[in-house]
Amino acid sequence: MPTAIATRWIEACAADEIDEEDVIRFDEGDRTFAIYRSPDDTYFATDGLCTHEKVHLADGLVMDNIIECPKHNGRFDYTTGKAKGAPVCVDLKTYPVRVEGGKVLIGLD
Amino acid sequence: MTEHMVVIGAGEAGARAAMALRENGFAGTITLIGDEHHLPYERPPLSKAVLTGAEEPAPPHILDEARLAARGVSLLHGTAAIAIDRAGHRVALAGSDAVPYDRLLIATGARARRLAVPGTGPETVHYLRSFPEALALRRRLVPGHRLIVIGGGFIGLELAAAARARGADATVIEMAPRLLGRAVPQEFAALLAARHEAEGVRLVLGATIDRIETTAEAHSVVLGSGEIITGDTIVAGIGALPETALAEAAGLAIDNGIAVDASLATDDPDIFAAGDCCSFPHPLYDGRRIRLEAWRNAQDQGNAVAKAMLGGREPYEAVPWFWSDQYDLTLQIAGLSYLATATVTRDLGDGARLDFHLADDGRLVSASALGPNGRIARDVRLAEMLIARRARPPAADLADPATKLKSLMV
Repeated sequence: MPTAIATRWIEACAADEIDEEDVIRFDEGDRTFAIYRSPDDTYFATDGLCTHEKVHLADGLVMDNIIECPKHNGRFDYTTGKAKGAPVCVDLKTYPVRVEGGKVLIGLD
Repeated sequence: MTEHMVVIGAGEAGARAAMALRENGFAGTITLIGDEHHLPYERPPLSKAVLTGAEEPAPPHILDEARLAARGVSLLHGTAAIAIDRAGHRVALAGSDAVPYDRLLIATGARARRLAVPGTGPETVHYLRSFPEALALRRRLVPGHRLIVIGGGFIGLELAAAARARGADATVIEMAPRLLGRAVPQEFAALLAARHEAEGVRLVLGATIDRIETTAEAHSVVLGSGEIITGDTIVAGIGALPETALAEAAGLAIDNGIAVDASLATDDPDIFAAGDCCSFPHPLYDGRRIRLEAWRNAQDQGNAVAKAMLGGREPYEAVPWFWSDQYDLTLQIAGLSYLATATVTRDLGDGARLDFHLADDGRLVSASALGPNGRIARDVRLAEMLIARRARPPAADLADPATKLKSLMV
């Protein structure tokens, strides 16, 4: 049996609150996340702050699978969290997402 | 055969280029020479978070030893390049052996322009360009300290905002009748001036400076009008000059910086230049030769010049982009206003606004915005992409906040 990691699923927003190829901010307690809807209508979630200077990524621009930080244009692939080059070099943490009954749920560990 | 790449200058452009050479597949030696003792660091925070952060700051490093090692880049820091021997393809260093190059990048940046009036000296007038200078200023900015800033440009205003954030007094003396010069729309300069005054900064505009006077207790700026402004620390932020001495001594063409062509090569095909030290023709602005003092440009040119050094011939045509943070406001500018003859304003809400600057033929050539960063950044980025595409968006669409800029991207 694989070790079960307790995942807490919480509701982040309604699915139609995010436009295609866009992002919104979601805060839970003292944590902040960015929730994305890709051009092919899939939802993703990452930590909300850029790993370069701690700016809210939800104010940035989504293009295809890329979120660009609004401060210095650091780029991440929001589907994997991968940093795509200077000035960012630290990857973003990603979270599992499910859509149920028109709601976007993210899984927190 | 190209075996040795040498980069003079370990700032944003030089450090980025050294890394990009390897990222683009270069297999030979890469030597990065910097005269500062620190590892390469970012300069924009020097006039922002380094001054105001709660904790004693460390240099905001771009690279660490591990990343340099992973890319096989040899960093010679605390090492001054003193001459370029073009015939022998070698760079002479102070205190160590010359380094041979096949291709050389000069990324020496810029230095602070010095105030030239009677009474100036290292003990009386400070500058802000390096981490040690920022740290020294930070230590002075305590409640009640009286800071006098000469120059109402980006650096001067960020310094004034930082002084206020730390509880120090700030007076800004500017020679022109308004802040920020011609690169920033007048309305934005006026909005920022009002904000600084509301924060308790004294602005003295249209002033000439006669001399600096120093006593045991204080430093004073004596204005042409006869007024004497007295404080504890004087900083001059009156622009920067490209570091061209090495290039000049080597006989390379100089034209408001080291003159390079569209792919960042100098008039010696084995020598390139990038960042604040070089001037280049910009295809988006009728090929006009420009020199940028900007962080993003340094990074973009660092990436681009690496490809050029490896034989690429693509012209560099990234849209110039600048920003400044003052209090909770960010000013962002994409593009250059040379060709602009008309302006269209979009209200972004919360007091934020975005101005689009259009050429005679309706082409978007520049955009500037002022407001909280989160309000303006995305739209400025989209404007930048429209500028790069030489788009001619309808003015009515640009003005209407309900029209998504993304929808204008065709």
